[in-house]
Amino acid sequence: MQTPRVLTVSEITKQIKGLIQQFDSVWIEGEISNFVPHSSGHMYFSLKDEKSVIRAVFFKNANQYLKFKLQDGLKVVVHGNIDLYEKSGQYQIIIDNMEPKGLGMLQLHFEQLKEQLRKEGLFDRERKRVLPVLPRKIGVVTSPTGAVIRDILNVLQRRFSNVHVVLNPVKVQGEGAAEEVAEAINYMSREGSFEVLIVGRGGGSLEDLWAFNEEIVARAIYASTIPVISAVGHEIDYTIADFVADVRAPTPSAAAELVIEKKTDFIEKLRAYEVRLKNDLTNKYQTYKEKLDWIRRSGLAMGLKRTLEIFKERVANAAKSPAFLRPKEKLSQLKQEVDESESKLGRAIKHLLENRRNEVKVLSGKVESLNPLKILDRGYSVTLKLPEKKIVKNALELKKNDEIELKFAKGTTNAIVK
Amino acid sequence: MVEKEMKFETALAKLEEIVDMLESGDIGLDESLKHYEDGMKLLKYCTAKLDEVEKKIEILVKDKSGKVTGSKPFKNDEEQDKLL
Repeated sequence: MQTPRVLTVSEITKQIKGLIQQFDSVWIEGEISNFVPHSSGHMYFSLKDEKSVIRAVFFKNANQYLKFKLQDGLKVVVHGNIDLYEKSGQYQIIIDNMEPKGLGMLQLHFEQLKEQLRKEGLFDRERKRVLPVLPRKIGVVTSPTGAVIRDILNVLQRRFSNVHVVLNPVKVQGEGAAEEVAEAINYMSREGSFEVLIVGRGGGSLEDLWAFNEEIVARAIYASTIPVISAVGHEIDYTIADFVADVRAPTPSAAAELVIEKKTDFIEKLRAYEVRLKNDLTNKYQTYKEKLDWIRRSGLAMGLKRTLEIFKERVANAAKSPAFLRPKEKLSQLKQEVDESESKLGRAIKHLLENRRNEVKVLSGKVESLNPLKILDRGYSVTLKLPEKKIVKNALELKKNDEIELKFAKGTTNAIVK
Repeated sequence: MVEKEMKFETALAKLEEIVDMLESGDIGLDESLKHYEDGMKLLKYCTAKLDEVEKKIEILVKDKSGKVTGSKPFKNDEEQDKLL
């Protein structure tokens, strides 16, 4: 009887391995499960569909170019070679290339990066800076050809004739565009004389705009020492650069409008201030002029002359102030009026006093003439009935033998009625 | 009142303050005059600032490695596109 050949585990495994290695490299589509990231950088997981599972390994040197993060449930398409790992007896696919399936890679990358940067705080409102009101030097990072720079410059020059704008020309799509844009932003920020930056490009597909979704551009905008206005694509497009920027403009023209106000608007504003300043000062003079008129009109107030003197002093001091135009003339006019009022006042007081004195004289004359005792000087006498000393005006009041007192201009005498 | 390198928006803010103070009405004639003078100075400063910048449109020039080597005037028209 022939004894069957007995193999060791390793021997049989080796044979199977040989068979398996005959597979050509393949593309496999599947769903990631049991994903375990390793600190080594190598990735180990399973790819499965409804019925089957295959082990997968994605070594560091192959996966470092991966543009998105792996997680369970992600549907991917992978390329690699099948092999057998003797130690585990497991066959597996050794992946050299991987792309996401279903959700586009770009879209996935966008979502993942957006979430990551948001968590880091790059989009925080508080950190966004205010744009300078009158930027002396404006930087633009965009393509030197095309409508974007033309639109920006047209709008800028129309709004403010004397602007200083410097374009840092860059590739805005394709290989290396993100790096160029980022480097340009860094340069403008470092250079030190720019006060604001516009970063942007024209409309296009997600692929066309892709550079402005790259991490390197986002971080460059975040690190910029000067405020950045993003103007990428059309109004509906939102790139990661738009989220990080200090201000997002829906179009390049809008960016130019945000960067600086119209010169005419500035001039208007300043003119308005000038009018207010002059009016305010005129109003102040009016107030003081009214006070002066009141002083004039109210006449003999106590300490009037002193009040006038103080006011005169202040007006004189104010007139010495240099930077005047019309207000100076108003002041000297006012000063003159004060002087005139003062002398008028003096004369008025004097006049009034004289009048008063005359009045008093006339009045006292009149009063004197009404004095009853004055009548006696003319020869009349006053008769007083005794003992009451009542003045007698009617002769019929007196009877025979009544005692009376007679008052003369000089002296008195008593008598009895006959 | 006006420092040499005061920013435009700072000067404008101070001007607003002064006008408000003058309009509030509660200050004397001497103070009013001083505020008016300061206000006119700031106004002059701001107006000058508007004309301070010289019109200049430039494009940076870079070498093969992408390093900036200088700048030159940039003409904003179709011609520029053709040249590039």
